[in-house]
Amino acid sequence: MDVLIYLIPIALLMGIIGLGAFIWSMKNNQFEDLDGAASRILFDDEDEGKNE
Amino acid sequence: MNKCLHCGLKTQEKDSEIDEESRGYFCCNGCKLAYSIINNFGLKSYYRTRELNSNEKLLKPEEDIQDVDMSGFAYKDKDGIFVLNLIVTGLHCASCIWLIESILNKQDDVLFARVNMTTRRLVIKWDGYITRGGELVSLISSLGYKLMPFDPDVIKEIDRREEKRLLLSMAVAGFAAGNVMLVSVSIWSSDKVIMGMATRDFFHWFSALIAIPAIIFAGRPFFHSALNVIKNKNTNMDVPISVAVIIATFMSLYETINHGEHIYFDSAIMLLFFLLIGRYLDIKAKGKARSTAHDLLCLMSGSVKISENGTHKVIAIKDVKEGMEVIISAGEKVPVDGVVINGDSEIDTSLITGETMPREIHNGDKVYTGNINISAPFTVRVNAHGENTLLAEIVKLMEHAEQGRAKYVFLADRIASYYTPVVHVLGVSAFLMWWLLLGLAWQPSLMIAVTVLIITCPCALGLAVPVVQIVASGALLKRGILLKSANALEKIEKVNHIIFDKTGTLTIGKPQLVNLDKIDEADFKLAASMASKSKHPLSQAITQAYTGKIDNYDVREISGNGLKYESLKLGKRDWVFAGEVLADEVTADDDMYESNKHEYMEIWLKKEDGKFVQFLFQDELRSDSKEVINNLQKQKYKLTILSGDRKQIVENIAKELKIDNYKYEVSPKEKYDYVEKLKSEGNNVLFVGDGLNDAPSLAAADVSISPSTAMDISQNTADIVFQSEGLKSIEDIIFVAKGSLNLVKQNFIIAFVYNLIAIPLAFSGFVTPMIAAIAMSGSSLVVILNSLRLNR
Repeated sequence: MDVLIYLIPIALLMGIIGLGAFIWSMKNNQFEDLDGAASRILFDDEDEGKNE
Repeated sequence: MNKCLHCGLKTQEKDSEIDEESRGYFCCNGCKLAYSIINNFGLKSYYRTRELNSNEKLLKPEEDIQDVDMSGFAYKDKDGIFVLNLIVTGLHCASCIWLIESILNKQDDVLFARVNMTTRRLVIKWDGYITRGGELVSLISSLGYKLMPFDPDVIKEIDRREEKRLLLSMAVAGFAAGNVMLVSVSIWSSDKVIMGMATRDFFHWFSALIAIPAIIFAGRPFFHSALNVIKNKNTNMDVPISVAVIIATFMSLYETINHGEHIYFDSAIMLLFFLLIGRYLDIKAKGKARSTAHDLLCLMSGSVKISENGTHKVIAIKDVKEGMEVIISAGEKVPVDGVVINGDSEIDTSLITGETMPREIHNGDKVYTGNINISAPFTVRVNAHGENTLLAEIVKLMEHAEQGRAKYVFLADRIASYYTPVVHVLGVSAFLMWWLLLGLAWQPSLMIAVTVLIITCPCALGLAVPVVQIVASGALLKRGILLKSANALEKIEKVNHIIFDKTGTLTIGKPQLVNLDKIDEADFKLAASMASKSKHPLSQAITQAYTGKIDNYDVREISGNGLKYESLKLGKRDWVFAGEVLADEVTADDDMYESNKHEYMEIWLKKEDGKFVQFLFQDELRSDSKEVINNLQKQKYKLTILSGDRKQIVENIAKELKIDNYKYEVSPKEKYDYVEKLKSEGNNVLFVGDGLNDAPSLAAADVSISPSTAMDISQNTADIVFQSEGLKSIEDIIFVAKGSLNLVKQNFIIAFVYNLIAIPLAFSGFVTPMIAAIAMSGSSLVVILNSLRLNR
């Protein structure tokens, strides 16, 4: 059962990373415009960097 | 037949502008300009990537767009950069976002430009001087998009924050539920022999560590709402949810500390996770309708163009003062009450009076907020604005009516008010029975009581209504019907009396050419060719009715009178006949016109040979009005027409539709009183209307429906807005409403049947945490699946 000592923290850590990523993306307003985001990946970048 | 390169409209070779370079055709100069701008910026790939929906009409770029001063709306952020927030109309696909953003980003001084496709907002940030904003706006306007500045503070962000909070709670609950489940499954799948007590305790503590903070965080939406209703000595679904979650958590913690066998952290957190999904979807569906309504409200309370010392400036409506001079261009809504001081035009007063015919205005005439300028620009000196306008009076009446509406208690809450006490009595009696009657120790007795509370957990009940509402609003949206208040479906079921407004509801609300059979093909062609150059509603009615080829004339529009090309004239009677001897060449229809003057509108065509042709127009019934009314009558609904229009017109329409109950020349207040009277007699009233004069009644009725051509404020008031041309949507709405209410009832039955089986099991102490979890998820799934049947 010793393996639990590694496995449980690993599982928890992975979950926390996922949750953290979700909260980060939400704070970053990435859930504001789901329709737009879906189409934006299809745009060709002609002048990169300016939108940042 | 060629298509315009920019807007895709069919054009004639003859009258289209040919562009040498691209060898394409344009329908108008506006499109040509837009095309050349896009071409010059090297963004022609827009035309390849855009998707044109045949139902959707592209906004045509206007030909002469002036720079307007937007400085009243732009503000400086903390870095000294100007920011302007705009609402964009005319977005139809993702390529539009790309086009707008690319063009703005190619400007050297623009630092940031981003379109939000969901909310249709555009944010521009630029460096330099403030008036630059106006130039940027007119650049985008010339591509055919309409931009309205807005003050972001006006739009309440509360809903968005609420939405975010729910999403965050949902994420936390999901994370915790996953991890606790991971551990719980290990516990369930072993027994005392395989898993030692130390390991089990470790697992229990691990669950507690994750679940307790998560429950405190993710449970807040329910705890808050439960606390609020209890304070008001009431109850809703959130009360049993909160009680079950809190008791389960405390009991599990107690068991963990005392090395107990069963814990319920997994059930508590799963319950929260499921319910939060339902809540989030619910607020999302409502939010969509709400943001549309907000946009409309913003446009209403948006900006006006004023003339100050000879220059034009755009300011917010709230900054308008009495005595200011407001310029109203053709096609625009009058934003204030006032007196015309410059210009002759015609206005559409149908929003306030419900009257179909355009009214002529000259210097000194009064105009009211909500009138629409039809033919030529004019200037108005402001008499009243904001709170003091006639419009505001009507709005006040409407708000008054809406307050009375909040009293309705919804099905889910009514059920909750019976359900909550029953569940809690059951829990307590389970505890007392095992402890006092059967002599069990108090801890296991309490454990059983908790199981009863959890297993009767209102998961399925909590989902029964919102899931159906989401599915129903999705189903309606596919048919072009926007459900603004999801609860409206529930109320439609009870409706027994339907009231219709006439103009714009039963009828199209726009003049249609009616004496086509009396008009010569050649005359018709001539008139249509001339009329195609004008935006006047009567001209457009002619062009729309005509299907053949159009010739190109270089016509001149004489403001307020008509169209002129050499000796050809198309326009108002007095103007066309001016200086002419009235002879008997006049067509026979004139008698009909003279005797029924109020029913028709007319324009005259003077031909080259000096002969005259009359064109008669009438506001016609929507194509399927008759059929729909007939069907509704078959379904035993009582029908009434309430119209602000004159007796003769209303009578004719009522006769044609075979509706016995009708009232004419009713004021907004009388309409409202009529609805109130019906309601006080115990009727459940559905009001279908579009005008401003209907707004108070829309608010007063139990349920209300508006066409999307309705005035903004009516759309805001109505529970449901439909987009289609016909009235068929009303039948659709009733159909979906009945279907969804059936599903809700079925869902409740499923939930009750589940409880009927589960409660005795829990009561007798047979239920372990694993069974509770399975039963709970199972019942929720069945409810969701049942709700999805509405989509078929």
